[in-house]
Amino acid sequence: MTEPVLSLRGITKRYGPLEVVKNVSMDVYPGEVVALLGENGAGKSTLSGIIAGSKTPSEGKMTWLGQPYAPATPREAIDKGVVLIHQELQLLPELSIAENVFIGRWPMKNGRVDRAQMVARAQEQLSRLNLHIPATRKVAGLSTANQQLIEIAKALALDARLLILDEPTAALGGAETEALFEQIRKLRAEGVGIIYISHRMEEIKKITDRIVVLRDGERVHEFADSSTPVRTIVESMVGRSLERMFPARAVPQEKTVLEVKNLTGANGAFNDVSFSVKAGEILGIAGLVGAGRTELVRTIAGADAIRSGEIRMNGEKLSLKSPADAIARGIVMVPEDRKLQGVVVGHKIDENLVYANLDRFGNGWITPSKKRSFADMAIRAFGVKGRGEQLASDLSGGNQQKVVIAKWLTRDPKVVVLDEPTRGIDVGARAGIYDIIANLAKEGVAVIVVSSDLEEVLGVSNRILVLAQGRQAGMLDREQANDVSVMELATI
Amino acid sequence: MATVDVKEQAQKPQNSMSWLGGATGPLIGLILLCLFLAFASDKFLSVRNGLNILDQITVIGIMAVGMTYVILIGGIDLSVGSVLALSMMIMGWVANVAGYPMAVAIPLALLASAVCGLIVGILVTRFKVPAFIATLAMMSAARGVANMITDGQQIVGFPEWFMMLAIDRHFGILTATVFLMLVVLLVSWLFLQFRAEGRMLYAIGGNPEVARLAGINVQLVTIGVYMFCAVLAGLAGIVLAARLDSVQPSSGFGYELDTIAAVVIGGTSLSGGAGGIGGTLIGVLIIGVLRNGLNLLNVSPFLQQVIIGVVIVLAVGAETLRRKTR
Repeated sequence: MTEPVLSLRGITKRYGPLEVVKNVSMDVYPGEVVALLGENGAGKSTLSGIIAGSKTPSEGKMTWLGQPYAPATPREAIDKGVVLIHQELQLLPELSIAENVFIGRWPMKNGRVDRAQMVARAQEQLSRLNLHIPATRKVAGLSTANQQLIEIAKALALDARLLILDEPTAALGGAETEALFEQIRKLRAEGVGIIYISHRMEEIKKITDRIVVLRDGERVHEFADSSTPVRTIVESMVGRSLERMFPARAVPQEKTVLEVKNLTGANGAFNDVSFSVKAGEILGIAGLVGAGRTELVRTIAGADAIRSGEIRMNGEKLSLKSPADAIARGIVMVPEDRKLQGVVVGHKIDENLVYANLDRFGNGWITPSKKRSFADMAIRAFGVKGRGEQLASDLSGGNQQKVVIAKWLTRDPKVVVLDEPTRGIDVGARAGIYDIIANLAKEGVAVIVVSSDLEEVLGVSNRILVLAQGRQAGMLDREQANDVSVMELATI
Repeated sequence: MATVDVKEQAQKPQNSMSWLGGATGPLIGLILLCLFLAFASDKFLSVRNGLNILDQITVIGIMAVGMTYVILIGGIDLSVGSVLALSMMIMGWVANVAGYPMAVAIPLALLASAVCGLIVGILVTRFKVPAFIATLAMMSAARGVANMITDGQQIVGFPEWFMMLAIDRHFGILTATVFLMLVVLLVSWLFLQFRAEGRMLYAIGGNPEVARLAGINVQLVTIGVYMFCAVLAGLAGIVLAARLDSVQPSSGFGYELDTIAAVVIGGTSLSGGAGGIGGTLIGVLIIGVLRNGLNLLNVSPFLQQVIIGVVIVLAVGAETLRRKTR
């Protein structure tokens, strides 16, 4: 067998008394894709940070191509050929693709940046990834999938021999994911070693050769064969057997709460959409990225404007000019991007909970004790693991999401819209969110769930609305719906 | 439950300083500065000098409150110095040239200031003009109007009682203008800390989209904040008129920078969402004490400017470092 590109032996990372990575050993061979799996806090990002030189291990040794390897800075790691691609893309939108690819390492000629060479070499990397756009184009306006590929091109231009991809598909739709996989396979064939971090089981099974599972900083399992059943993998991640991922669905009541008739968005992202949601019903909205799902639910929640059509609640036509109007009518939204739309990450949890309920403090005076008791109540009711005075940024994604949900649910809403409620949230914490959704329905709330995760839409919804390119492609009852029937509608 | 109680008690000592809005660093700086000056000059540490400092900071202190609100929502207001001058000139003209009583002149001056703030607020929210540009434009326009009122001339001579507002120490301690500043500080602090509308400023500064989706009327609050800032600038103009017993259209030149410096030294983040009135009071005091002390030590005014520049960098740099390491 060939030499591994990278070997880890007994890597441990301590923060004070806390061990976040414990005695982890693993190898990565050229031309293989290794999945690094684990719940949030399992130590995946610390471990990938150690490999990429942004963190130094407390103990243990690494070898790179047979040589001892101990990068002190990311730059050192990059020089060796180890590139970490972060979940949040780090491109400069106003610069050209070529400049982004060579940022900080511009090819020079006579003391000046050699633009011609820069563009030519960037173009070469783009075509290696099958990306046929001019390297002189600005990054702004490119799709997330293409931006992802440009990050990869950036790594390739650095002659990367080991790529670490952290949740590369978090913002991608089905077709885009497939295109990315094609490129990953190509790189694998060229002998690049790849460490792939993701929460999505289907993807991991599709793309990776080997699965390493971390739990509480320890390497608990390795599955050499990606044909291992998902359930087995998930169980080894969470360290307990999963009874079922999704709670039982409640039977919807007769009363229709929300009715949408021939709705068209002001920005044209969706056209002529009609549906209704009953009390206690969970309507799933499926579709590819760009199908207009987010725009549709944002419009219902008053965040975007309507061009034509109407939204009715309990038979009465609503005119929603702002989110405040929708909230006053009992329509609340858990937005798509938790960190940019859901919470103020630099502020405390209790502050975040209070922001959505400022109108509910009787005479408008918010004393520390009123704030605390309100926050404690919300925190307890939704099982947020944290205290009111902690910063939202200190929480895991799952707990942040619970804060976003909790800030609304104390208002007793009639319609709850959740846009990608479990994006970037680990499997264990997802179950908690699904329970909250199911309980809402049980209490008679009309629930709308938008998700790119097919298994999730199928698992939680009573009915599924499928959008394709802004059009209403179909409405499926739970009984008729499966991943094939939904994808067929979504891709027409 | 027992463990929760322990944790809450452990949090208490931290919370007792929370009125400062996290500006403990500037407070330590202010104390060190006072200690140094107490040793360096025998005139510094006296009740009389302390009251002098309070008198000297009234104008910038009142303006800094409005600026704190603006910076908290992630904005900036460069027009406060010009609005101050406009307010002074309107008051002076109405009282002295048109001959109306001060009770008419002062409200009119404040009203004109409010209109300036309203225009800025509408430009920023409705027309999406960046705050820096909108207030830069207002800085120029308001200064121009202030000059047009008397064609650049000053107006002198106001009623005796008006001048005494800044001179007469009631109960031997506070002048009416210092008292006014303290009231403005206290009320604004209470409002920011405990009113729903005050908390909205933090939400908007923290992330305007989160605030909007949380049902906060971001545009209305933003307009309100610029109006508040402008009215306080106008009020500061009236205080300055009382202190000088005259008004001239070139007053308040460069005050916007002193005001922003005081707010920033006090730990309010220029990106919005963090800081508060407690910190701003300390920032204003640092600048006031520093000016006063340097004068007592006979430091040349030019060197004073250099020293204040250094202090701004030190204060903000130290605060940034402290937040990073935490």
